[in-house]
Amino acid sequence: MPQIFHRSTNTLSRLSIFGALFALAALLWGIAAVNRSAYMTGQGVARVQPVQFSHKHHAGQLGIDCRYCHTQVETAAYAGIPPTQTCMNCHAQIWADSAFLAPVRASFRTDRSLVWQKVHVLPDYVYFNHGIHVQKGVGCVTCHGRVDRMNQVYRAASLQMEWCLACHRRPERYLRPRERVFDLAWRPRGDQAALGRRLVKAYGVRTRTDCSACHR
Amino acid sequence: MTPERRAPAQAPLIGPGHTLGTVTDRIAAVVLTAPTPRAWWVGFAVGFALLLVLLDAVAYLLLRGVGIWGVNIPVGWGFAIINFVWWIGIGHAGTLISAILLLLRQAWRQSINRFAEAMTLFAVACAGLYPVLHLGRPWLAYWLFPYPNTMGLWPNFRSPLIWDVFAVSTYATVSVLFWFVGLIPDLATLRDRSPSRIGRAVYGILAMGWRGSVRHWERYETASLLLAGLATPLVVSVHTVVSLDFAISIVPGWHTTIFPPYFVAGAIYGGFAMVLTLAIPLRRIYGLEDFVTMRHLDYMGRVLLATGLIVAYGYTMEAFVAWYSGSPFEAHMMLDRFGGRYAPLYWSLLLCNVVIPQALWFQRTRASVPALFAIAMSINVGMWLERFIIVVTSLHEDFLPSAWGMYYPTVWDWATFFGTIGLFTTLFLLFIRFLPMISIFEMRTLLPEAEVKEELA
Amino acid sequence: MTSAAAPIDLTALRARLAGRGGRALWRSLDELAESPAFLELLHEELPQHAAALARSVDRRQFLKLMAASLGLAGLAACARPPEDKIVPYVKQPEELVLGEPLFYATAVPLGGFAVGVLAESHEGRPTKLEGNPTHPASLGAIDPPTQATLLGLYDPERSQTITSAGKIQTWSGFLAAVRAALDAQRPRGGAGLHVLTETVTSPTLHAQLRALLAEFPQATWHQWEPAGRDAARAGALRAFGAPVETRYDLARADVVLALDADLFATGPSRLRYAREIAGRRRPGPGMSRLYAVESMPTTTGAVADHRLALAAADVEGFTRTVAAELGLAVAAAPAVAVAPHHAWVRALVDDLRAHRGACAVVPGEHQPPAVHALAHAINDALGNGGRTVIHTDAVEAAPTDQAASLRALVAAMRAGAVEVLLILGGNPVYAAPADLDFAGALGKVALRVHLSLHQDETSELCHWHLNAAHVLEAWSDARAHDGTVTILQPLIAPLYGGRSAHEVLAALTGPERPGHDVVREHWQGVHSGGGDFEAFWRRALNDGVVPDTALAPRTVALRPGWDVPTPAAPAAGLELVFRPDPYLIDGRFANNGWLQELPRPITKLTWDNAALLAPATAERLGVANGDVVEVAVGGRSAHAPVWVVPGHALDSVTVHLGYGRRRGGALATGVGFDAYALRTADAPSIARGAALRPTGRRHAFACTQDHQSMEGRALVRAATLAEWRAHPDFAHAFEETPPRDRTLYPPHAYEGYAWGMAIDLGACIGCNACALACQAENNVAVVGKEEVARGHEMHWLRVDRYFAGDLDAPAILHQPVPCMQCENAPCEVVCPVNATNHDGEGLNVMVYNRCVGTRYCSNNCPYKVRRFNFYLYSDWTTETLKMARNPDVTVRSRGVMEKCTYCVQRINRARIHAEEAGRRIADGELVTACQQACPTEAIVFGDVNDPTSRVARLKADPRNYALLGELNTRPRTTYLAAVRNPNPALAAEQRS
Repeated sequence: MPQIFHRSTNTLSRLSIFGALFALAALLWGIAAVNRSAYMTGQGVARVQPVQFSHKHHAGQLGIDCRYCHTQVETAAYAGIPPTQTCMNCHAQIWADSAFLAPVRASFRTDRSLVWQKVHVLPDYVYFNHGIHVQKGVGCVTCHGRVDRMNQVYRAASLQMEWCLACHRRPERYLRPRERVFDLAWRPRGDQAALGRRLVKAYGVRTRTDCSACHR
Repeated sequence: MTPERRAPAQAPLIGPGHTLGTVTDRIAAVVLTAPTPRAWWVGFAVGFALLLVLLDAVAYLLLRGVGIWGVNIPVGWGFAIINFVWWIGIGHAGTLISAILLLLRQAWRQSINRFAEAMTLFAVACAGLYPVLHLGRPWLAYWLFPYPNTMGLWPNFRSPLIWDVFAVSTYATVSVLFWFVGLIPDLATLRDRSPSRIGRAVYGILAMGWRGSVRHWERYETASLLLAGLATPLVVSVHTVVSLDFAISIVPGWHTTIFPPYFVAGAIYGGFAMVLTLAIPLRRIYGLEDFVTMRHLDYMGRVLLATGLIVAYGYTMEAFVAWYSGSPFEAHMMLDRFGGRYAPLYWSLLLCNVVIPQALWFQRTRASVPALFAIAMSINVGMWLERFIIVVTSLHEDFLPSAWGMYYPTVWDWATFFGTIGLFTTLFLLFIRFLPMISIFEMRTLLPEAEVKEELA
Repeated sequence: MTSAAAPIDLTALRARLAGRGGRALWRSLDELAESPAFLELLHEELPQHAAALARSVDRRQFLKLMAASLGLAGLAACARPPEDKIVPYVKQPEELVLGEPLFYATAVPLGGFAVGVLAESHEGRPTKLEGNPTHPASLGAIDPPTQATLLGLYDPERSQTITSAGKIQTWSGFLAAVRAALDAQRPRGGAGLHVLTETVTSPTLHAQLRALLAEFPQATWHQWEPAGRDAARAGALRAFGAPVETRYDLARADVVLALDADLFATGPSRLRYAREIAGRRRPGPGMSRLYAVESMPTTTGAVADHRLALAAADVEGFTRTVAAELGLAVAAAPAVAVAPHHAWVRALVDDLRAHRGACAVVPGEHQPPAVHALAHAINDALGNGGRTVIHTDAVEAAPTDQAASLRALVAAMRAGAVEVLLILGGNPVYAAPADLDFAGALGKVALRVHLSLHQDETSELCHWHLNAAHVLEAWSDARAHDGTVTILQPLIAPLYGGRSAHEVLAALTGPERPGHDVVREHWQGVHSGGGDFEAFWRRALNDGVVPDTALAPRTVALRPGWDVPTPAAPAAGLELVFRPDPYLIDGRFANNGWLQELPRPITKLTWDNAALLAPATAERLGVANGDVVEVAVGGRSAHAPVWVVPGHALDSVTVHLGYGRRRGGALATGVGFDAYALRTADAPSIARGAALRPTGRRHAFACTQDHQSMEGRALVRAATLAEWRAHPDFAHAFEETPPRDRTLYPPHAYEGYAWGMAIDLGACIGCNACALACQAENNVAVVGKEEVARGHEMHWLRVDRYFAGDLDAPAILHQPVPCMQCENAPCEVVCPVNATNHDGEGLNVMVYNRCVGTRYCSNNCPYKVRRFNFYLYSDWTTETLKMARNPDVTVRSRGVMEKCTYCVQRINRARIHAEEAGRRIADGELVTACQQACPTEAIVFGDVNDPTSRVARLKADPRNYALLGELNTRPRTTYLAAVRNPNPALAAEQRS
């Protein structure tokens, strides 16, 4: 009886059996990788804003404190995006006729808000409160990165749940003294773990991994 | 004595006058040469039409949500779970026949195990749809699998639904392997006999280079024995886990320790009924009376009788425990089944599953094909009713009378149910059209020629 | 905290909304931030309401659902972060802290009488109304209709423009037309000018009307309210010769007799009465006794120690008998119906005698004047005047016999004497007595102007329709039951540029003036007395009450000839009783989904009214629930479905007003039947000689309770005062609670807070205020009638109602059932994805975004308090409805389970504030929405770990028991068994 298949098909079939396993594994790994990629998280992706506001210039070079603009960050759930008024405090005098600032002046004149692109977006079912995090000694830089070095602000962290949990499970690894919260350049002198444990006690930090801490 | 007047129990497992050649010809012919009978086309048309209904029902479900079904608060589970359990139950006979009867060296299994296993696969396929479809958000069903995710979460391993995921998927995998391995020698036969080039190629690939050498046969035997060993515990485990979906809860009528054995027995009961339901028309249409003989039917009748009695015991114990527990909730649940708003269904369940099958005590019934078919049908219905009673009546009047309510299936419930029957029929008919529905080489071993003469050895 | 409000303009509003950075409120802000005008957006988006979510899917809905499904996909684990915008303020208001609600004190008038509220405002959006503790008619509590006025503000079907003959017109166009007409009236002193208002208590509006009448001396001002208080007014006139206002101090009454009086649902002091009665229901020496005589079972009858079912028309006879027994000289009682209850009357009378000066006889608003007069006489004879019964001058600005007033108007219209008719609020075409044929007469008026929230039946027949400003959009003022004035301040600028009655009146006779100026100037005039007005004004706004405006009690004397028996009507046939619907009142709230879907107190019906009658009566007539009957009375007839109510008086049929609307919104129209069609001016509340004829047709009701008996299970536990004295722990008789350690799982120690709740069944009156508060606080969706009928209702908190004992005189028991927050929660074990589990403070939390919807948790919940989104119930498309939502609670999607979580958003806010201040949450600082609304303070929530907390002390009470405790679920929510105080002399009638 004539052969239907060439001998080589034996090898092929053997390969295909094992190959399937590797292919599957690779696929799963791929999915996991994509989910954590910048494409999905938007990590490190700068957004184009209506006004080319540079945190690097204002916070970094001029050394303006975070709280000059984000006034409510210590007490409110939202850090607060400064009203046009705040910009005009300075830019009524400085760069008063810069083309860059035209939209700002327009907003102030027409009483129509500037519309910024949100960079740090959480899903609607996540309830984050800036005030309590500041109170418990979580530094701005811990979540937002070196904003004072960003011309255009981008997302420094993935903001994925596993990322939140990393700190909620082991806060001592990330805490800093309250007075250093707004100091983006601050580094722990000596052992962070020891300092962290001390602060956890001092600030009464609880590892809140209850779902109800963030989801309602 | 002439063969005709011998009791089925002593009749041979294969009709007289068959040789290795004729067996092979007869079975292979169904697939390769013989014209497809009209009955097949009719069946396929109906099955496929119902399959389209299923697609329609599922599309609308995904668009609108489970609200299109009759489920509500308090009755959160309805047809979806009923049908899931029903199909899974049916999916039991196949593996039981193949694995357990193989280990028990029951030669008579050999002419029915092939399509029984096929039935298992397709039944499990139908069953598998429901747990996903009945979710409020089916597109998130993958959250039930433990995989490393960006949420840093694991599923809840305490939940029987998670156990279900593992039990059913394992069962499906092993059944597929078992069935396919069993097919390989016959696929080779088809490869060698197929008139068309494509046929040869396709069957050839599937046969995975089977040449029937002694080494092949030796490996084949080991493999099927191993798989049988693997499959045997699964037969018990799957429906045990399914029963835990209910038994773990605190719902009166669900929360009972008898469920695992009671469910397994019920599954085998329902499964064999379905095997009969399929075997009887098949042997008729394809004239395979010589291979699926009266003796087979007789045996299956006995199995039905035995498992049926176990199930009946289960019903009795449910009622007894409801009274014995002294729990007002259990008691009310049972009284509600006896005389409540769903009572007619409960009594027809007892009629279908307990009363009618008693006819199987009589030799004459087991010797009558129509009677067997009728009884099998009644059991199919009965087993479905059993699941309806378990799921719905337990929920609709539980602890707080203020929360009591009724469950009425909607047209979409029915559409989904008959849709899966269509899916099953379609798959099964495709199977008998393209694969040998009876194991050729195993049938050969039943022939006198196949018997090994000791003294020669 | 409360503070004075500044009216808010819409551009700023848009900006503020944006400040939320999404939340469930705005899927994406683009459409809002970029939309040219918010108003247009509202116009173009037709009302899409959950109720309209019918079975069939049309194209629009298909698209809507597809869009929503995409939205759902956003909840999946692997999805890109949503594109979102930030729209900061241009100039940020001082007092505003993003994410922190502000509370403004105002009031919501109903039938003219105000209930003080605190309106919660998120970035300029009022999202919830809560009771104002400093307001005498609220005392911090709030009733369902008042709460639901919030949803009315955002009703997408509110009238949004001025129209004339169906065409959109301008305000100036309107002014031109009407001013011209008025000028034509001037020479004749306005003889042809008539103004029709609802009951007016507003001092400002009254002043404006007086000014108008001064300018047009011949003009006439009519007042009419469909569910008005004519009888009470007339009764006072008969008894004292003056329309004095009578209110009762039930806190000081040891014995209370309610004569067909629905104390807790109707009348200006309903909330106060509930608080006062409940205050005397706690078991102990100070416990009062409540007798109720009523036709239709009400919440009053349910809590009464003795309830006597009596046809409404026989109540007068009953009262006469009581009066006679007390030795008053009254006309003989004709009613034989009272005879069988003589023992009852005797015991009651003895009880009243024994408590001279410390008892109260309260007549129902809907009883004829004679009953009110009798009650006055009895109270007078018992020396209750000045003690438990307080008389003051009328609270209404101009007390009038409203029925007569309306008659006069109709007569004038028919005579063609009315040339200009201003209808300021109200809907007379729909609600006026059928025999007056108001609509017909209206046709004869040359210029008809109607100011209303909706394009309703009346607007349809008027030349000009003005879209009114909602009570939360306008400045005004109103008086409470005791005369206390509240300045109503707007929470938001009018969404559709509506105008208030003040603004309309001002503009008609003089220059246009904003409502703020009108009200403020009026009070400047009043205040001119002395002191700094600005301070006075600010304080009044801040507190929600104007100091020392309560009317002083006055002494009154019975005048001779007060006893005029109501003419005996033909007793043949049935009696037909008209009552305002408990929630829709006279129909003004018919387009309010919250109220339509809230189960009626005793019947548990939603989205319907019915012909309510006693089981025996139904049997006699051969009708059953759902049978449609033709109700015929005085030559008029209407088709109504029957609903059988155990405990209803025999041969009496109760129908609720406010349904069967023909115009005024998709939710209002076609729901229920119009009982006004049967109501005549002579028989506004009780009509005799009615007949019911089965039509053979059936009607499908949507009732939320399928089964009415407790099946002998110890769910609601109650005892009499005597029993309680004998065994204080009666609630635990025959109860077996498994040991705490009977579980496979390791015990959990709760350090820190451990939240728990105790519900006093003795205090609960079953008014459903808690259920609605929960709905408002937690963004609970309205699902519509079909869905309720299919068991898909979404209320997180339901009030179960059981009947016990005799079918004709049953005990009526109420039990609010929220999630029990079990410590051994059956739901948690079975959830495959951990979407519901326990938190460190004992909450049984539900993570909507993790739920895949197996519904196993609900199956395994013995209390069945979990609710499932079988469809996409939350409205994701209607902009105004989004504005009504609480931004601190996730808006649930389709296919997700939801349930009560003890208002976890409030817990989190309180905890964060406490920790920022480095302290613990104080007891009472944190209240749940249900607790806050409860008029009787039946619900207490707090930290059970703190032995000094109120909840911990209540749980220590032997009356405290766990529902289904034998299941070892260890519920954190427990109940205090009810204790009744029946009259020992009526031992036979004792309940439970």
